[in-house]
Amino acid sequence: MGRPWVSRKRLKNYGMLGMNCRNVDFINRYNDRTLFPLVDNKLQTKLLAQEYGVPTPLLRFVVREQHEINHIEQEFAGLEHFALKPAKGSGGKGIMVVTGRHGDQFVRSSGAEVSISDIRRHMSNILAGLYSLGGSPDVAIVEDLIAFDECFSGYSHEGVPDIRIIVFKGYPVMAMLRLSTHASDGKANLHQGAVGVGLALDTGRCLYAAQFGRPVSTHPDTGQALGDIHIEGWRDILLLASQCYDMTGLGYIGTDIVLDRLQGPQLLELNARPGLAIQIANGRGLLPRLRHIEGLTLNRRFRSEHRVDYAMRQFAELEKNPAGAGAEVA
Amino acid sequence: MNQKRGFFAILVLLALGGVILAIARHVVTGTPFLPGQEKSVWLVEARIDFDADGGAVTASLALPEDQLPGYELFAEQAASPGYGFAILTERRSRRAEWTRREASGEQSLYYSAQLVESENRDDNHANDPPVDYARIVYWDEARELAARDLLKVARERSSSPQSLTRELIKLLDSATSQNAALLRSGADQRSDLLMHLLERADIATRSVKGLYLEDARRRQTLSRLVEFYTGSEWLLVDPRTGAVGLPADFLVWTRGRASVLDVIGGAKSRVQFSMIRQSVPATQLARASNGEGLFSRLGVQRLPIEEQSMFKLLLLLPLGAAVVVFMRVIIGLQTSGTFMPVLIALAFLQTSLVAGLVSFVLIVAAGLALRSYLSRLNLLLVARIATLIVLVVFLISALSIIGYQMGFSTGMTITFFPMIIIAWTIERMSILWEEDGSSEVMKQGGGSLLVAVLAYLLMQNPLLVHLSFNFPELNLVLLASILAMGQYTGYKLSELWRFRAMDDL
Repeated sequence: MGRPWVSRKRLKNYGMLGMNCRNVDFINRYNDRTLFPLVDNKLQTKLLAQEYGVPTPLLRFVVREQHEINHIEQEFAGLEHFALKPAKGSGGKGIMVVTGRHGDQFVRSSGAEVSISDIRRHMSNILAGLYSLGGSPDVAIVEDLIAFDECFSGYSHEGVPDIRIIVFKGYPVMAMLRLSTHASDGKANLHQGAVGVGLALDTGRCLYAAQFGRPVSTHPDTGQALGDIHIEGWRDILLLASQCYDMTGLGYIGTDIVLDRLQGPQLLELNARPGLAIQIANGRGLLPRLRHIEGLTLNRRFRSEHRVDYAMRQFAELEKNPAGAGAEVA
Repeated sequence: MNQKRGFFAILVLLALGGVILAIARHVVTGTPFLPGQEKSVWLVEARIDFDADGGAVTASLALPEDQLPGYELFAEQAASPGYGFAILTERRSRRAEWTRREASGEQSLYYSAQLVESENRDDNHANDPPVDYARIVYWDEARELAARDLLKVARERSSSPQSLTRELIKLLDSATSQNAALLRSGADQRSDLLMHLLERADIATRSVKGLYLEDARRRQTLSRLVEFYTGSEWLLVDPRTGAVGLPADFLVWTRGRASVLDVIGGAKSRVQFSMIRQSVPATQLARASNGEGLFSRLGVQRLPIEEQSMFKLLLLLPLGAAVVVFMRVIIGLQTSGTFMPVLIALAFLQTSLVAGLVSFVLIVAAGLALRSYLSRLNLLLVARIATLIVLVVFLISALSIIGYQMGFSTGMTITFFPMIIIAWTIERMSILWEEDGSSEVMKQGGGSLLVAVLAYLLMQNPLLVHLSFNFPELNLVLLASILAMGQYTGYKLSELWRFRAMDDL
C-alpha cells in the first residue's frame, strides 16, 4: 500500500481541498454567517424547503418544551416508523430511527427494541442541547421515514443510503453515495466506516469507492459489486441539489438527498461545512472544480437547469481521468 | 490580493512593533533578555486590612531585619495614602508604624520589601544569650500529668537539647499516645505547645515567624517555627516535621514575643503576604521601581505584587493559545473543546506535570465510570451535568485526601482544575463513547492531553516565563503569528495521512 502519508506536492497536484483552505477560501468567503441557521437548524431547512417546493420527508411534529414530552404517546399513535432527530444536530448525532412497533416497544433500525421512556429520555436530551453545537437548547423533530428505494438493496447495511452532493454557487461539483456498513453501525459517516461511492456527475454511475480511505470494489457486508451502481433519474437529483442554493443563498453547501421508493428524491438535510471525505470517495480533488466555477465570469443569474447541464457537461471530461488529470484543466 | 497584502503588512508591523518595543525596553531599563544572569530578587508585600473605628489610628507591623540569614534587605516601601509612615528601630527589632488622625471604614496598608538572596546564612542572633523570663502556662491536672509523662519519656530517650526536642516532636506526632493526643487537642498552635514543653524541660525557647518563599504565591500567612537554646547557640526547628536548621527558602520575618501586627483604633485587623521572584538584576530593579521613565511606568512591575503574580500567569496565556492554534490548524490534532488544553496546562503549572497528568486522567476515568451509571437514571441533561460537577468535587476531595495520606501533598492542588469544564468534558466524552466508540474518545482525549503537555512545557520554560513577564510587548509577535496561522490555507499535517490513499491511484 506504500507509505502511510502522501506528500504535500502530490495533494496539490490532485487538487485536494484541505480543511484550512475550505474554511478560509470557501466557507468564510461564500457562506454568509447570517444564513448559517438555515442549514444548521434542520427545522428551518425543512420549513424553507416546503416553502420553495423542494421535496423533503414529511414533518410529523415538533417537540419544543420539556412538558410536552410527558404526553408524547398520543403523538406517536398510528406512527409505525419515523425518524426522531435534533434540529441542530450535526454529523448524524442524536438521530433515532424507528422502523416498526412490537407491542409497546419501538423497534430501532438496528433491531434493538426501546420503550417509550427511552424515547422520552432521548427527546429530553435533545431539548437540553446535548447534540447541538455549544450545548445550546434545541428542539426535537419527528419526520416520516424514507421508504428507501429497491435499487439499493444489497448495498446498504442497517441504514438508508444517501447521496451527498457538493453545490458551489449553485453548480453541483461533486457527488457521492454513502452506504452504511456493519463497521459504521448503520451510520453514513465515512470516518466511522461507511463506504463512500464517488458518482460520475454526468451519469450518476459509480466512479470509485473507498472505505476507511482505501479503495474497495464490493460492499464489505453484502459482497455486492459497487461498480454496477447507477442512480436512476440522476439529473433530477442534481436539480434538487442545485435548487438548495436558490433556497438558502449559501455559496458552498453539501446537500444530503435520499431516494424514496414512492416519492422520488427527497432533501434530507443541508450542511454548511462539507467537502473533504467526498474527495476520498471520488479519488479526486475538489479544488480544480471549485476554482473553475469561481472563474466563471457569467454575471447573469442562471436557472438551476442551466447550471446542472453546465456542470454535467463540464465535469464529465474531468471524471474520465482519475486524480492527477484534474490539475491540468484548472 | 490587495487585501491580503494589507493584512500581511499589519502582521509584519505587529511583530516588528513587539520586537522593537522589547529592544527599546532592554536598552532603556537594562532588563536582560535572558533570565538567570543575576541574583534572584524577591518582592514580598505585606497587606494589612482592618476596619477603622472613625478615630485616630495607629497600625504597627513587625518588619524583618536588614541582615537576615540567606537574604539581604535591599529596599523597602510603604503605600498608604493619607497615612503618616515611619520605621522605628528599637534595640534590634524594627517596626513599621502608620498613623492617622481620623479614619473610618475598611483600610488597606501596604509594605513591600525587596530582598536579595545572599550566600550568607549566618544568623546574628544565633548566639544571643537567652533572656530569662518565666513563661508559665497553667494546665489542668490531666494535661500537667500528660506533659510530665511525655517529657519523662523524651528525656530518657535523649542526651542533648537537640535530641530532646526531636524526641518530643516525635512523641507529639504519635497517633497512639493518649498523652500526645490530649496535649494536641488543648493547643491551637503546635509551636506554642512545643515551646511550653521545652520550657518545662528548662530549655529556653523563642518563637520565629517567617515566610516560605515560593514564586507567585498570594495571601500567605506567617509560618511559626521554634528556636531553642542549646546552651551555646539557638537552633531553629520546625515543630511539625522536627527538621532542625533553617529551611531552604525560609525568610525570617520576626522573632520573639512581640506581636506581628498591632492596630489601635481599628478592628478585624489581619496581615497577608504576597511574593514574587523577579529575574532582573537588583540594580535595575531599583531603577525600575523608583525611576520615572516611560518603560518603568508602563511595566507590569509597577503593579501591586498580588496583581503581578496574577499577571505572571495571565501573560503566559497567549503562548498556550498559540500552541492550540498551531496544533489544530497546522498539525490537525483533534482536541475535545477548543481551549480546554490551555486550561489543563494552566492547572499543570500549579500542580506539577506528572501529578497533574495522573490526577487528571484518574478524575476523568472515574467520572466516565460514574457517568455510565448516571445514564441509566434518566436524568435531564442539566441535572446530569450538575450531578457530575458534584461528583467531580467529591472525586477531587477524595483524591486529595488519599494523596495527602500517601504523602503527596501535590494532591491538594488538583483543585486548580476548572471543575465545570471537567464535568462537561466527561459528559461529552461519554456521549462520544456511546456514539463513536472508545477509539474516538482516546483520540480526542489524547489529543487534548498532548496539546496541554506541550503548552505546559512551553509555559514553564524559564526563558519564556521571563520574556513574557518582563517584555509583555513580545506577545504582539505571538498575536501576529496567530493571525498568520489563521490565514493558512495549506494542508494540515494530518491531512497528508488522511488523504494517503491518493497515492494508490
